[in-house]
This record gives sequence, C-alpha cells and structure tokens, in this order.
Amino acid sequence: MLQAIETTGQLAASSGATPIRIRNLTLSFGTTKVLKGIDLDIGAGEFFAFLGPSGSGKSTLLRAIAGFGPRPSGEILLGERNVIGLQPWKRDVGMVFQSYALWPHMTVRQNVAYGLEERRRPAEEIRRRVREALELVGLDAYADRYPSQLSGGQQQRVALARTVVIEPKVLLLDEPLSNLDANLRVQMRQDLLALQRRLGITTIFVTHDQEEANTICDRIAVLSDGVVQQVGEPDHVYDQPANSFVARFLGTANILDGRVIARDGACRFVLDERSSIPLQGSHGEGEASFVLRPRGLEFADDGAGEIAGTISGSEFLGDTIRYFVEIGDRSVLVDEVHRRGGDRRSAGTNVMLRVVPGQGVVLAR
Amino acid sequence: MAALSTVSSRASFGQRISWGPLTAALGILLFLVAFLILPVAMVIYVAFTDPGSGQLTLANFMDFFRSALFRESFYNSFYVAAMSVVLATVFALPLAYITSRFNFRGAVLIQTLGFVPLIMPPFIGAVAMQLLFGANGSVNLLLRDWFGFTLPFMEGLNGVILVQSIHYFPFILINLSASLRNIDRSMEESAQMLGSHGMRLFRRIVLPLAMPGYIAGASLVFVKVFDDLGTPLLLNVNNMLAPQAYLRISSVGISDPMGYVISVILIVCSIFAMWVSISAMRGKDYSTTQKGGGGLSKRDLGALETAGCYLVVLALLAIVLAPHIGLLLLSIGTVWSFSVLPDGFTTEHYAVAVNKAWPFIKNTLLYAGIAALIDVLLGTAIAYLAARTTLIGRKWLDYIAMAALAVPGVVLGIGYLRLFYSVDIPFTGAPLATWWGIIVIALATRRLPYALRSCSAALQQVSPSLEEASENLGAPKLRTVRRIVLPLMAAGLVAGFVTSFATAAVELSATIMLVAQESDAPLAYGLYLFMQSAAGRGPGAALGVITVVIVGLATYFAQHLVEKARREQSASAGSH
Repeated sequence: MLQAIETTGQLAASSGATPIRIRNLTLSFGTTKVLKGIDLDIGAGEFFAFLGPSGSGKSTLLRAIAGFGPRPSGEILLGERNVIGLQPWKRDVGMVFQSYALWPHMTVRQNVAYGLEERRRPAEEIRRRVREALELVGLDAYADRYPSQLSGGQQQRVALARTVVIEPKVLLLDEPLSNLDANLRVQMRQDLLALQRRLGITTIFVTHDQEEANTICDRIAVLSDGVVQQVGEPDHVYDQPANSFVARFLGTANILDGRVIARDGACRFVLDERSSIPLQGSHGEGEASFVLRPRGLEFADDGAGEIAGTISGSEFLGDTIRYFVEIGDRSVLVDEVHRRGGDRRSAGTNVMLRVVPGQGVVLAR
Repeated sequence: MAALSTVSSRASFGQRISWGPLTAALGILLFLVAFLILPVAMVIYVAFTDPGSGQLTLANFMDFFRSALFRESFYNSFYVAAMSVVLATVFALPLAYITSRFNFRGAVLIQTLGFVPLIMPPFIGAVAMQLLFGANGSVNLLLRDWFGFTLPFMEGLNGVILVQSIHYFPFILINLSASLRNIDRSMEESAQMLGSHGMRLFRRIVLPLAMPGYIAGASLVFVKVFDDLGTPLLLNVNNMLAPQAYLRISSVGISDPMGYVISVILIVCSIFAMWVSISAMRGKDYSTTQKGGGGLSKRDLGALETAGCYLVVLALLAIVLAPHIGLLLLSIGTVWSFSVLPDGFTTEHYAVAVNKAWPFIKNTLLYAGIAALIDVLLGTAIAYLAARTTLIGRKWLDYIAMAALAVPGVVLGIGYLRLFYSVDIPFTGAPLATWWGIIVIALATRRLPYALRSCSAALQQVSPSLEEASENLGAPKLRTVRRIVLPLMAAGLVAGFVTSFATAAVELSATIMLVAQESDAPLAYGLYLFMQSAAGRGPGAALGVITVVIVGLATYFAQHLVEKARREQSASAGSH
C-alpha cells in the first residue's frame, strides 16, 4: 500500500484541509446523557484520536460528527459551517465503519463508485477516480471481486478507498483496526498514517487501544463518561495525566493518596508519618494524590530510600520483573529491568524504595 | 510393554461397529423407502409407462399436452400460483416495511397478522369467503347498493388467488422481515455518508440485501399454491392441475395415467421452486448484523404518518380476518343468502356439528396424534444419528426425510393408492390402501420434515460435553440419552409434536385420496363433505371454527414452549 501511495500522484492532498471545532456538544439517548458538554479543537490536517473505554461516548461523538444518532445540542463546526441538524448525506464527511459495512451485493468497483454515482459525476470521471482510489490502496487487481472474496485487511482497504474517493472534508475511522489480527494491525496503522499524510485530510480515529492512538496520532483526546478528560500529544498525556482516570487508563500507575507540605521553599509529599517523598517545583499544600508509573520507583539497595516496604510477590514480564510491595496498608508496583542471570527478589524481603528523580505527578484531590 | 498393548487393543475394541445406531438407521431407512421413496418412484414409473403394454413411453405426456383441458389446467395452476405470489407480496411488503423502518406502536398487530392466517387452512375459509366476497356476497351487495357496481373477487381463479394469498402471505412477511432485520445499520449509514438517501437508498442498498429472503418466501408460496388441492376443490374450480389429478384418479380409476402425469409435473415444479429458493440463499447470506448492533435504524412517525400506518395495517387486518369472521358468522347464522349479514343467529349448528361430526373429530385426534408421535420418534432418531454418530451416510436420512417437503399431498396419496392397493392387510384380505392406518402413515410422512427440524434444533442446544460428562460419570449411551439428552430436548420435542399434530389435523390433499369409508374419515374430509351441500354449510362452518380453535391453541402452546425453552437456554448461557 505504501508503494502504491508513492507511485500514484493523482489523488493529491486537497488544498486547505478542514479544521473541526466542537462547542458544548451534549447528546442523550432517551434520558441518559451520553455526551456532556464536549469542547474540542482539531486542527486542519491533524490526525486526531478519541481514546476511551467502551461506553465512554467516543463512538457516539464520532457518529454525531457524521450525522448519525440522536440530534445533539451545541455546535459542530466543519470549517466555518455548523453541521448540526444537517442530514448525513449533505455533510461531506467520510466515515470508515468498524465492520467496514461493504455492501455484499456489489463488487469492489461498485462499492467504491457508489458515492461518485450519488454525486452524479460523469461516467468517465467515475471510472478514473475509482481506479485511482483502488490503486491508492493497492487493490486495483481486485476491482471485480465481491467483498466476501477478500481478506479482512483487503476489505478494510476497500472501505477506505470507498470513503476517500469522494474527497470528504474530514475522515472518520471507527475502530478501524479492531477486526484485524495483531501483525496486520501494526502494518495497517502505518499504512493509515501514510495515507493520511499523503491526502492531508483532517482525520479522527476512534479506539480503545492506547498503543494504536499513541503510535500514529498527532494528538489524542481521552474520553470517559461522556466528558473529555484530557487533550494533548500522546507522550504529554502519558507523562502528565490530568487525573487518576487518565493515569490508570494510559498504562499502569501507582496512585498514592497523601498530602503536600511546603517547608523552607521545598515541597514534600507525605504518605504517612514515616514516609515522604521530595517534590520538584512548587505545589499547593493540602490533600493530593501522587501518580507514579511502576518504572518511577526503584529499590534503594544502599538503604538511602524514602519509603520502607515488604515484597509480597512478583510477576515475570520478560524484559522486566514487576514486584508487589506492601507499604503499611497499601500496595505499590515496582518494575525492575530484568537481564539474563539476574536475581529475583524473594517475597517477604524488607526493602527501601526511592522515587526516581523527576518521576511522578501530583494531582490535587 | 504389556500394559501398552492392553491399551492399544482396547482402543481398537472401541472402534467396532455399534449395532444399536445401525439398526435404528436401517429401520428408519426402511420406513422412508417404503412410504416415501417407493410410492413416489411408483408414480413416476407409471407416468412413463404405457398402460396397455407396460413399455416405457412418453406417450402419456404427449396425451396430456394434446388435451385442451389439461393445457388450460396447467396454465391456470401456473397463473394462480404466480398471481398469489404477487398479491401476497402486496399484502406483505407494506407490513415488512413499516416494522423494519419505523417505531410503530401497532407492531403487535402486525405480528398477529403474520400468524393468524396460518392457523386456518385455506379451504376452511374458502366457503365463508364466497359469502363475503362472492357475486352476491356481503361486500358486493354493499357495493351495488352504494355505488351500483360489483367486483369479481371470487369469480373462478380470482377466488383461489384471493383465498391462497390471504393464507400464505405470512411466509413472505416472515422471510422478508427476517432479512430486513439482518441488515446492519452501518450498511445504510455508509450509503448515507456517501450521499444517498430516501427511496434511492432503499432501492440500491436495502432492497437488494433483502432480496434473498423475499425470493425464499415467494417460492415457498408458489409451491404451496401450485400443489394445493383443497381450496380449488371447495371453490369448485376444477380446471387446475391438483384437482384434475384427484378427479381423474377418483372418477376414472387408479390405472388412468393422466393422474400420474400431473403428479410428475407437480413434483418437477415443486423441486424447481425449491431449487430457486435454495439458490437464492446460497452464497448470498447477506445477514450483516454485528454483535451488539443490528437492524436498520428506525425513526419515529409523525401523527399523520402513524394514522396512515394504522390505516394500512387495519385494512390488511380486515382482509386477513375476513375468512375467520365469515366462518364465524356462517357457523352461528340461520340463513345467509343474498344479504349482508345472516338473517338470524343460532347455536344449533354447533350441536349438529358435534353430534354428527364426533367420529370425524375422534378420528382426527387419533390419526394426527399417532402421526405426530411417529414424527417425533423418527425425528429425534434421525437428528441424533446425523449429529452424534459416525455412521456412513447418516446425513442422507435427514435429506430423504426433508425431501417429503417437495412431494405434494396429492402425489403421495396417488402413490399410496397404487402401491398398496395390491397389498393385503394380514388376516382380512382388504387392500392395505383402504386401511385407516395408511392415512396415519401418510400424515406422518408428510409432516416428518416439520418435526425433524424441531428435533434437530432441540438437539443442537444440547452440547455434546453434557453427554460426555454423563458418560464420564459412568452412564452408558442409551441411559445418557434417556437421562440427559431427552429431558433437555423435551420442550423442542413437544413443540415438534404439536406442529406435526396441528398441521396433520387439517391436511386434506393426501387424506382425501386415501379415505375408503366415511367412518374412517378425519375432520378435514368431513368438512369437505359438509360444505358440499347448502344445508351442511352451517354445521360445516361450526366444525371449521372448532378446528381453528384446536389448531390455534396447539400452535400457541407450541410457540409458548419454544419461547420458554429459548429463554431458559439463554438464561443459563448468560450465567456462565
């Protein structure tokens, strides 16, 4: 597919990609509020992800942009135009469905030509653009097959071709990789990124898989409970989670409750009367949570640690060993790099833990 | 080493032929050969044999097509079947469309519509329909009074078409609704996103995707109407194929080849229509619903649209219920002729019906009961052999039993007459074909496919691991079947029994050939006799009402059982 993209130049980046602005978008199914005042700005030509667990409202939000589902209140601006209340067939929004939704009674060519036929393009133009779109996804040899004769990955690419051939203002991808097997998924996400860069089209990618979102998207919005929890570049959101939900959803996190105290211009995070952690920078005093990845803690075998605990168990994860360490009545996870021949600490060992300098985030409670 | 050889010899010991299933399979095969394959083969053989010399010949078919009456009958049967499909489509299409596209509160009404006609065999309602829609029936009397014209609803072939399409349109409704339900919402949404909507979207996406289901339903309607004997007979339309076959055999005799030629034509058309139905579905399993989602998106209706929908549904309900209403009126009316409604009302007909028709009712309960029992036993055995044993050719029992669907009742009746007339009942000397038991066997053979599908479905719900667990705990095969498999299948088996029973109770086309004396006749035949005379119509109608009530209750009961079993199954599956 990548090759195909390099060799075909006709389906060029549409000049002037469309930015999306969402303002105070609220949507209910009956009496259940599914989206609760969403505000988002997605830049022109950006590859953006909606990331969240199932039931978070991410698919509902995507469908609202495409014009499916109940009518929301608020604004969805594609460029300068508010599309709320506009029928799906008048929006010029391209969506690739999770199930691909290829029509089984039509060949690949007929599927891809459909949108152009609906736009009453001349036959010659339809033929040319269908060919270009199929070349773009590397499936020009399969034009006369039926969807049932294609593999999952090929069906996916037909669905993409069918959508981009109408040159939509924005491209919406609803869990596009979830029906593919693991190897194909890794390949396909790179292909998707290449296609998006080639076309320069504003793209929203819905997924519950943080790895997918992190690897290909410019920015992500983490959704939960119909609310945008945090927006930002993937590494920023991972390193600076705005709240404990985001911290937990993006990877494993130790979330320790305690309080921040400031003394002589330096701040400390107090876990209990025996343990406290020095903080960098200044923080407001009071109740807070300290969020720390398992890699952010290390064993202080020289005894110069801040927190005393007891190992209660461990898991071998391959490149790391994850230890469960009891600190008073709480438990934390500590990852230690594993190398061949390395010793495994045994359960029951008393240990000292130290926060790796610069790791951890303080969240006000 | 010694231990190892013991193990391997025991393994080969276990591979020996298991005689139980083999005996059962051979027994079933014998039944199917004797009562399904041989009679049909006999009919086909006679159709191609010169009655004088016994030589194989095509002369009988030449004679058939040389006769103007037979050519007309052939054309009429085709015309009636095709027009019934068209009219049934007209009834079914709006109903299927309304239920699949809109949030319509009257959906219960539509479900009723899809069910009510099936519990009344068309020939029962035929006479009542004549009183409502005939040349001097209620509707035409009103039309003449109010507008000064009449419509030939029931004239000749029109009557057959109207009665048949009212009865059989649920087949189209059910199949079409199912395939519409199986279209995933995203199929429609992706078309909308690409710029399509309204009728255009319906025509290009929804309709093609629903087509296989429609064709399956339509071809079923075609076959049923093409083969039906009772309705044209009761409406006195004799220039069609099935009535001609019956009349030739019953008036000219069982050696007249024309009845056999017609039978072969009926079989060929049946098989052709079934082939159309199967190839419409093959490779076109367009059911596209994803887990969780499903069905086209439905929208709410405005007040005016709701009123429109109700108008359509109620109008169809009126048409569909017309035979029922007509029958009820006829059964409680004194004299009903040249008037919109009967002159007076009485319960006398029911008394007459119960008095005079009691032998018919008793015979029906007996025949249909035994036939349904045979069906469930055979059905369970065939399903079990096909699904759970390793016998060679085990699927063929299933295929042969299902082939009974393609054999019209008239054909089976003729085959039995021909094959068993020369076989005597032991100790009496009377021909086997005149024994009431042969009616039971004909009913059992005709309804076996229904029971078999119920039994197969019931067996599929019993996971093999449940059986293995029982064997693992020490129960031998037969005891496992009795203690584990049968109790779990019970609801499905009862449903199969009731379906077989209810449909056998109103079977006319095969039994009408096989009834030798009136004392052996079942209800359907009695009804036919009653309806022949003007005086018998009232009691006949009363008998019809009784039949409809029995069949309706039985069907409701079966449906209820299946639903209950399904709920329990899904509940236990959900608790895992």
